[in-house]
Amino acid sequence: MDGFRTLLFKELLRFWKVSFQTVLAPLLTALLYLLIFSHVLEEHVQPYPGVSYTAFLIPGLAMMSMLQNSFANSSSSLIQSKITGNIVFMLLPPLSHAEIFLAYALASVVRGATVGIGVIAVTAGFIELPVKFPLWVLAFALFGSAILGSLGIIAGIWAEKFDQLAAFQNFIIMPLTFLSGVFYSIHSLPPFWQALSHVNPFFYMIDGFRYGFFGASDVAPHLSLAIVGGSFLALSFLTLWLLGTGYKLRQ
Amino acid sequence: MTPAIQVRQVHKRYGSVHALAGVDLEVRQGEFFALLGPNGAGKTTLINTLAGLARADGGSLRVMGHDVVSGYREARRNLGVVPQELVFDPFFSVRETLRIQSGYFGLRRNDAWIDEVMERLDLTSRAGFNMRALSGGMKRRVLVAQALVHKPPVIVLDEPTAGVDVELRQALWNFVKQLNADGHTIVLTTHYLDEAEMLCQRVAMLKQGRVVALDTTQNLVRSVSGRQVRLRLAPDALPPLLEPIRLGSENGTHLLSLADYPELERVMAALREAGSRVLEMEIVQPDLEDVFVQIMRRE
Ligand SMILES: Nc1ncnc2c1ncn2[C@@H]1O[C@H](COP(=O)(O)OP(=O)(O)O)[C@@H](O)[C@H]1O
Ligand SMILES: [Mg+2]
Repeated sequence: MDGFRTLLFKELLRFWKVSFQTVLAPLLTALLYLLIFSHVLEEHVQPYPGVSYTAFLIPGLAMMSMLQNSFANSSSSLIQSKITGNIVFMLLPPLSHAEIFLAYALASVVRGATVGIGVIAVTAGFIELPVKFPLWVLAFALFGSAILGSLGIIAGIWAEKFDQLAAFQNFIIMPLTFLSGVFYSIHSLPPFWQALSHVNPFFYMIDGFRYGFFGASDVAPHLSLAIVGGSFLALSFLTLWLLGTGYKLRQ
Repeated sequence: MTPAIQVRQVHKRYGSVHALAGVDLEVRQGEFFALLGPNGAGKTTLINTLAGLARADGGSLRVMGHDVVSGYREARRNLGVVPQELVFDPFFSVRETLRIQSGYFGLRRNDAWIDEVMERLDLTSRAGFNMRALSGGMKRRVLVAQALVHKPPVIVLDEPTAGVDVELRQALWNFVKQLNADGHTIVLTTHYLDEAEMLCQRVAMLKQGRVVALDTTQNLVRSVSGRQVRLRLAPDALPPLLEPIRLGSENGTHLLSLADYPELERVMAALREAGSRVLEMEIVQPDLEDVFVQIMRRE
């Protein structure tokens, strides 16, 4: 497993060396969202009884930041390596598909978690956030970032240019995150959009994550966990299979 | 003894391009071997299939007896590849680059060897430099160092001296010769045929994905038809009998073509008969470049 540890270390070092862009910038973005949305909506919306809108928003924003950064980590690392050609350094040694998958996915989880923890830590100064079920929080954070880390690996392997990756991000990842209930409870949506939200796996990540904080959610947390865990398993197999075929990596 | 490299009936297609069209090749352990051929002949493709960077459509490849697909871990542990393109990771310093590469091979406490490789490649003073800050020649050295972090018995260098200045080229070849003397098998591709002739014991020539010549450098050079002899005579004029084989004359020396060595005797006989005295004589040996040109033209 030493090759795996090195690849993980390299991936962590890579984002840590540019933490200004990879950690601080997304942190700032999340805080700006929080500032603006909570200022505008605090008076008008109360998603759950006894939970203020700002408190409701924080876990959603933390999760959204985690998901986006997990995706960004593996996808940007892979596409940069492919375009500059230094991917050969990883392809020449005796690393297995599983080692490559685990290292990239785990590094994504760490980057996602770093940003997520950052969002919660910074906002903790302004508002008191309950943490009713920390294990649920942890489980959803882990699965959510791992799913997006895997998606990032797939996108990074598939894309041949930066704009293809940007398209993946803008047309798949962004809509799915924004339409997942980060900014609202889906019960406040018209029935059609409510139904649509239920086929968005990102919705379950955010809803379950939020359940860990407030003990209240739009759907049962066990259902969310099953869906999120199932998605993670399915994506892991897909990613492993893709790495195994050498698709777009080994000609 | 297990061959260092064994290539059997390897095919590789890129769309309609038959990049490798049934390549058979064996490189013995300890050899210094050249893979030559014009651009697009398939040299890099062959190296890529050997290294697992590309997958062969048919045939098999082995490194030190390990199949590059079913035994990829062992095969890759035994192989060090210096890629043709000047690639680097701009996030890391020279030392970080080498440590990471070493770790990929499962070697985590490898600093003594990394220091030695850097020293021998004259990289020590750049150890802390970011890769971006290095000149092209220095980046090339790091690529060589990266290929050696795991002390592979078989080392493949894909045009390591393309676009490299004379000084580095010399240093690089001295280093590679030393590695060969230490027992490493060396395979290289180069466009400098004089280098290949000087360094390599055996040569394979590739053309359009096929091996069109495979022999010792010596045999190949010997095989080429057409030696030449340069003569200075007294009196100066060339006997008319030798006119048909004259290639040219300048400054009182005549250049004659010889089909083979026995023809030299006929030349000498003709000179004796004409009463010419030989002042100077030089036999011009064909070199690997002549072989290359002849073989590429013939095929
Ligand atoms: N990735 C690739 N995609 C398509 N064609 C390729 C690829 N790599 C090599 N080729 C083609 O295969 C042939 C052999 O190329 P290459 O192995 O690079 O030759 P050499 O290294 O001898 O110059 C060329 O015709 C080249 O265009
Ligand atoms: Mg080439």
